[in-house]
Amino acid sequence: MATKFSKNPVDTIFMMITAAASFTVIIMIGAILYQLLHESAPAIARFGVWKFLSSTDWNPVTESFGALTNIYGTFLTTAISLVIAIPVAIGIAIFVTEISPNFLKGPIGVAIELLAAIPSIIYGMWGLFTLSPIMSNHIEPFLKKMFGGLPLIGILFQGTPMGIDILTASIILSIMIIPFTASISRDSFNLTPSVVKESAYALGATKWEVVKNIVLPYSKLGVFGGIVLSLGRALGETMAVAFVLGNNHRITTSLFDAAATITVTLANEFAEADNDIYLSALFYLALVLFVMSFITLAIAKFFLLRAERKYSR
Amino acid sequence: MTREQIRKTEGFVALMLSTCAALLGLFWLVFILGDVLLHGIKSLTPGLFINDPTPPGVDGGGLRNAFVGQLVITICATLIGVPVGVLGGTFLAEYARGRKIARLISILADIMVSVPSIVIGTFIYAILVRPIGHFNGWAGAVALSIIMIPVVLRTTEDMLSLVPWTLREAAFALGAPYYKVITQVVYRGAATGILTGILLSIARVAGETAPLLFTSFNNSFFSLNMKEPVASLTVTIFQYAMGPYDNWHEQAWAASFVITIFILMLTIAGRLIIKWRYK
Repeated sequence: MATKFSKNPVDTIFMMITAAASFTVIIMIGAILYQLLHESAPAIARFGVWKFLSSTDWNPVTESFGALTNIYGTFLTTAISLVIAIPVAIGIAIFVTEISPNFLKGPIGVAIELLAAIPSIIYGMWGLFTLSPIMSNHIEPFLKKMFGGLPLIGILFQGTPMGIDILTASIILSIMIIPFTASISRDSFNLTPSVVKESAYALGATKWEVVKNIVLPYSKLGVFGGIVLSLGRALGETMAVAFVLGNNHRITTSLFDAAATITVTLANEFAEADNDIYLSALFYLALVLFVMSFITLAIAKFFLLRAERKYSR
Repeated sequence: MTREQIRKTEGFVALMLSTCAALLGLFWLVFILGDVLLHGIKSLTPGLFINDPTPPGVDGGGLRNAFVGQLVITICATLIGVPVGVLGGTFLAEYARGRKIARLISILADIMVSVPSIVIGTFIYAILVRPIGHFNGWAGAVALSIIMIPVVLRTTEDMLSLVPWTLREAAFALGAPYYKVITQVVYRGAATGILTGILLSIARVAGETAPLLFTSFNNSFFSLNMKEPVASLTVTIFQYAMGPYDNWHEQAWAASFVITIFILMLTIAGRLIIKWRYK
């Protein structure tokens, strides 16, 4: 609708400049994909795709690399952090939209946003020096005593609690992703038409019944989008977990064991990789992470857009 | 218990749990911030800002190199990222408004905002560190600017879209070409919003560590040469916190304190401006 005005040559130039600037986004994504593919080509040629993704062997000395331990660590920490974060985040959203008196809504919203603004390296520092000792001295021995003897879930709580482990890393991750899920859920809850809620109240529903039967079903698309977005964030989080996860390339079953995620491996080993195939394998890992998180974030965006379309109708 | 009582109890329990969730969120915030403030203030000395680091294990010294390095890298990243972001956002909101391409770029930018920053670090390593042969400050600045561009682009697009279309029509009616309408009318209308977006994007990149780890790396000496490795606060915090010396840990806390306060102030300032301008 706008270009019909551009008869002026300066205007055409200005348009070209702005167009070029906006296309940098596409170029960036293309260049990242191309470079990562290019750099990991030797590793792809040597280890293949399926073999790389399914091998648990990560050994710079024998130059044998497989990504499964890293992928396993990434998924395990992400899954545990989501299990912890989702109920809390939705609880916060319910509190802010339905329970909180008006004068508290603003401050709590700001507090949650500040939680999102704290740099991940601060979470990492805090995790290493403050949370990790608390975990190893108090919380993990307690969990071990409570659940360690039980069948099935007992295997999750074996070994010596050191504080530098999957559980500590997952808790820090969960604190980091709470703000994303909470703020998107809150926005989605707020979009529920009050007429519908009032109708439910008029039928005698309690506040919780309104939330459970009206607000949550109405906003499920948005909430789900928020959860997937947090998932995408958690997959790629580096510094917060780099401090407290150790860098242990083994598949472990206990939450008290050190592990490695893709990001932690990259952060710890990238600058030290001393031969080409090692570096190439690390680029391959980065490529896997990029593709994984890009797809996850695209799915999140898809749901959020659908939610937006639904509410704007 | 009657059915009504069960329903009421269930509702009460659920709402109590939600309140507890909100308290838990606040608890984490207070716990983390309080911890950083307490540890940080203890180690905050003027020497931290005016001295360069001493050799490992030797007491004293400061982080002047890291403070200055961080500042230089962030400023360079801003100088690259802001113009590209603002101009790109202009294209989406003005020339390509309503077109499919604008929609696509907008969605891709939203995805880029959340792409793992360490991947961007590896990408920059491949194009700006390996060909040159050593870590350098420019690589760090470019890595940060790549994180910055989508953020600035999206806020600019949103803020320009808020400027009423009739305002542009009024300017067109006076015979102004589109670029003049944009630079003299639309930008003025959206200036506060764009500025806020820039502030928030600086807050976003100032705390980034992962993309600097293998781009600008670290430097234990004071250096303003962007062609060489440049120290940054965040990478220094990582190195010092993982190191074995108590002296290092204290300085890492102090650096964390400074960077946290800086970022929180920027964030709060951004929020206040938005509230003041758009309410």
